[in-house]
Amino acid sequence: MTETFYDVLRRQGITRRSFLKFCSLTATSLGLGSAAAPQIAHALETKPRTPVLWLHGLECTCCSESFIRSAHPLTKDVVLSMLSLDYDDTLMAAAGHQAEAILDEIRTKYKGNYILAVEGNPPLNEDGMFCLQGGRPFVEKLRETAADCKAIISWGSCASWGCVQAAKPNPTRATPVHKVITDKPIIKVPGCPPIAEVMTAVVTYMLTFERLPELDRMGRPKMFYGQRIHDKCYRRPHFDAGQFAEAWDDEGSRKGYCLYKMGCKGPTTYNACSTVRWNGGVSFPIQSGHGCIGCSEDGFWDKGGFYDRVTDIKQFGIESNADKVGGTAAAVVGAGVAAHAAVTALARARNKTGIEVKQEEH
Amino acid sequence: MGVYETQGFKLDNTGKRVVVDPVTRIEGHMRVEVNLDSNNVIRNAVSTGTMWRGLEVILKGRDPRDAWAFTERICGVCTGTHALTSCRAVEDALGIDIPENANSIRNMMQLCLQVHDHLVHFYHLHALDWVDVISALKADPKATSELAQSISNWPLSSPGYFRDIQNRLKKFVDSGQLGPFMNGYWGSPAYKLPPEANLMAVTHYLEALDFQKEIVKVHTIFGGKNPHPNWLVGGMPCAINIHGTGAVGAINMERLNLVKSIIERTIEFVDQVYIPDLVAIAGFYKDWTYGGGISSLSLLSYGDIPDRANDYSASNLLLPRGAIINGDLSKIHEVDLRDPEEIQEFVSHSWYKYADETRGLHPWDGVTEPNFELGKNTKGTKTNIQSLDEEGKYSWIKSPRWKGHAMEVGPLARYVIGYVQGNPEFKEPVDKLLTDLGLPLQAIFSTLGRTAARGLEASWAAHKMNYFFDKMMANIKAGDESTANIDKWEPSTWPKEVKGVGFTEAPRGALGHWIKIKDGKIDNYQAVVPTTWNGSPRDHKGQIGAFEASLLNTPVAKADEPLEILRTLHSFDPCLACSTHVMSPDGQEMATVKVR
Repeated sequence: MTETFYDVLRRQGITRRSFLKFCSLTATSLGLGSAAAPQIAHALETKPRTPVLWLHGLECTCCSESFIRSAHPLTKDVVLSMLSLDYDDTLMAAAGHQAEAILDEIRTKYKGNYILAVEGNPPLNEDGMFCLQGGRPFVEKLRETAADCKAIISWGSCASWGCVQAAKPNPTRATPVHKVITDKPIIKVPGCPPIAEVMTAVVTYMLTFERLPELDRMGRPKMFYGQRIHDKCYRRPHFDAGQFAEAWDDEGSRKGYCLYKMGCKGPTTYNACSTVRWNGGVSFPIQSGHGCIGCSEDGFWDKGGFYDRVTDIKQFGIESNADKVGGTAAAVVGAGVAAHAAVTALARARNKTGIEVKQEEH
Repeated sequence: MGVYETQGFKLDNTGKRVVVDPVTRIEGHMRVEVNLDSNNVIRNAVSTGTMWRGLEVILKGRDPRDAWAFTERICGVCTGTHALTSCRAVEDALGIDIPENANSIRNMMQLCLQVHDHLVHFYHLHALDWVDVISALKADPKATSELAQSISNWPLSSPGYFRDIQNRLKKFVDSGQLGPFMNGYWGSPAYKLPPEANLMAVTHYLEALDFQKEIVKVHTIFGGKNPHPNWLVGGMPCAINIHGTGAVGAINMERLNLVKSIIERTIEFVDQVYIPDLVAIAGFYKDWTYGGGISSLSLLSYGDIPDRANDYSASNLLLPRGAIINGDLSKIHEVDLRDPEEIQEFVSHSWYKYADETRGLHPWDGVTEPNFELGKNTKGTKTNIQSLDEEGKYSWIKSPRWKGHAMEVGPLARYVIGYVQGNPEFKEPVDKLLTDLGLPLQAIFSTLGRTAARGLEASWAAHKMNYFFDKMMANIKAGDESTANIDKWEPSTWPKEVKGVGFTEAPRGALGHWIKIKDGKIDNYQAVVPTTWNGSPRDHKGQIGAFEASLLNTPVAKADEPLEILRTLHSFDPCLACSTHVMSPDGQEMATVKVR
């Protein structure tokens, strides 16, 4: 007997009536018209849980650790009921050839219908042998499992951009996934690590709506990476009022003033930290007194020191220097924000709606 | 080599070779090869770190105040411990004292990591070596309830509760999509628990998965997020404001109450779920006495958790410092991380090159030139290795040695050293556990002993969080709210050339970072981490490391199922991303590969 997505919803207390309504809304939102609703309902009622193969390249496992922190939905519900986490070296019971056999089985049995989740990245120097698995370069395993997948999720900044091992001089030539796999839809969920609830939200969105979320031109879901931390930061009023922490543990720090002068990268970082926050909404870096280090941005390790003000770097070069930032300079920053918004709007106009990933019925 | 003896072990690689790659339920990537004799007993073991990232060369030339963030990314499982070690190394080099509150906060965060890491390790990385998930389906929920209630007051223990979990598990298994339990070793004769104990353990696997995310909120409150909270050279970035206007912008009474409540719930979970489960499961495996390896010979701990700020002498550290060698428990040797003759790294069997590979180098003078070269008896090709040749180079891990000895580090090392020193905080729980199980002291030098020490330490750490919470509150009450010392924040205040060392006891064992700072920038950075000690390949003398030694002489139930191998390796909680990141301070391009 196979537990389907529908069974899972029912078991979680969702009525058949609500389920059908959900199918109808889904059909409408996909532009398929109400006639498609019964088809969607049928698909969800009979479809097995989507298999996920979760590979690990060069990484530190912080993405996996973050994933298991999810408060809503709980990780156990994701793993037991929503998808089928058939391969994940960090959690799986099997090892050695019993583990590797799973990759072949899923590739064959669910050809074109499994999600490949990648944490970390492949090193390309030394013929890939800076990360060997099963005696072979990780990059080969990545290519083989990618060949038959439906879509790839690049978890975290390693898979999305390269992250710390790709920081200069990138001795192993650690390479982000999209530069190795070029013929599959890839959704980047950057961050070091990404927020747990963002990770599970991306997965549940894909399972629920059977499509990738709308992505920006960098390949990130706009719903979570469409705005900068600074745009929604609860300390933003202090920035606008020119109230800054000037030194660690000073009066401004104790009052929760803006950390811009302490090197906060919130103004150039696209992420959901200031809205979703961390670990069930308990806090986020700025709330706990340290500036954002920009960990979801491409190449954030090489954009100057974490305590250098962002005016020192290209992406935010409107101000001539940080000391001018304050009440009067806020207007200049505002102009910068407006200019940036215009660029983003342009990019949005150019970008087509999210790539749809249709799942075949079984 | 064929057959030879080292450290009292006889190694024989003539029997059937079995390869396990990947070793799963660890951090990072690892391979192990063993030779079995005709009775399926392990007579040779070869452990290999199979990844390498080169973080230290990346650090060269950067701002030392940023180093904590880079080194924190060595590992996302023991998140924070490298950052703390890095801050200490920089502070040691520059002579920076941190405020008492910062010391208390750092200790709470480090202890929080210990508890979290140990709990997740026990239930989510290690439990499946002892617990047969499928057998839980055969359990009687009523009997399971009676078992649970006989060992703990934990309230989630009714027959209906266990029945619900069992039904959910049944539905999951019946779906045919077993997810992470796919291709497990279910039904193996190596599993000894009755169905009821399996159901109880599987239930707590799920509860622990729910609960672990609560523990780390201590990191979130003080460091803004977890994994990878934020730290600060000179103290902690989270200012304290208890009394004044704007207190909501800092650590205030509400935040502190949240910390307190997390600590209390953590103590409850560890003492009412983790420890009783550990004792119950151990009771069924008492006869499985394997896996001791070098734990009864050579143990090392740097010590950690400074009671008062800025005093890193052994007498001020709540986790013990010292070394035991040659199995002589009557003498605890002093350990000096600065002495060039004590800690040295060797590379004769590692994929690195030294000018003279019979000599070791102290981390301050460490050289790490990669040299991916396979031994002449390697089977397969350079990019498709069937089996490795342990006579040649075979791992991305170096071989650190203390005064020439291979050492085991970790919770067991800490507990044995604390026990021998007569510290009641370590001795009494060990004695109680052994009495409850009816086992002699010698029994702790084993796979189970390692697992048990980790559990006891989780409880110790949970309670110690409370100690530092109270200590910080008393300090705040006495009028001290400071969290950072910025006297030497600006690089212009630093000497031209300095060096320092920072150390902690990470969940997996002794961790040290050695830094040289020149003209305000990092000139050299070396980390020697717990899994480098435990997972080291052979050295130039043929001495084996803790992983390899621990597998020897273990019988396996089925040659093609690595259950016993996983069980013992997991008892160390291997962390391969940690162990294999070292890199040349000069950052030379990669050497070409030679297959001899």
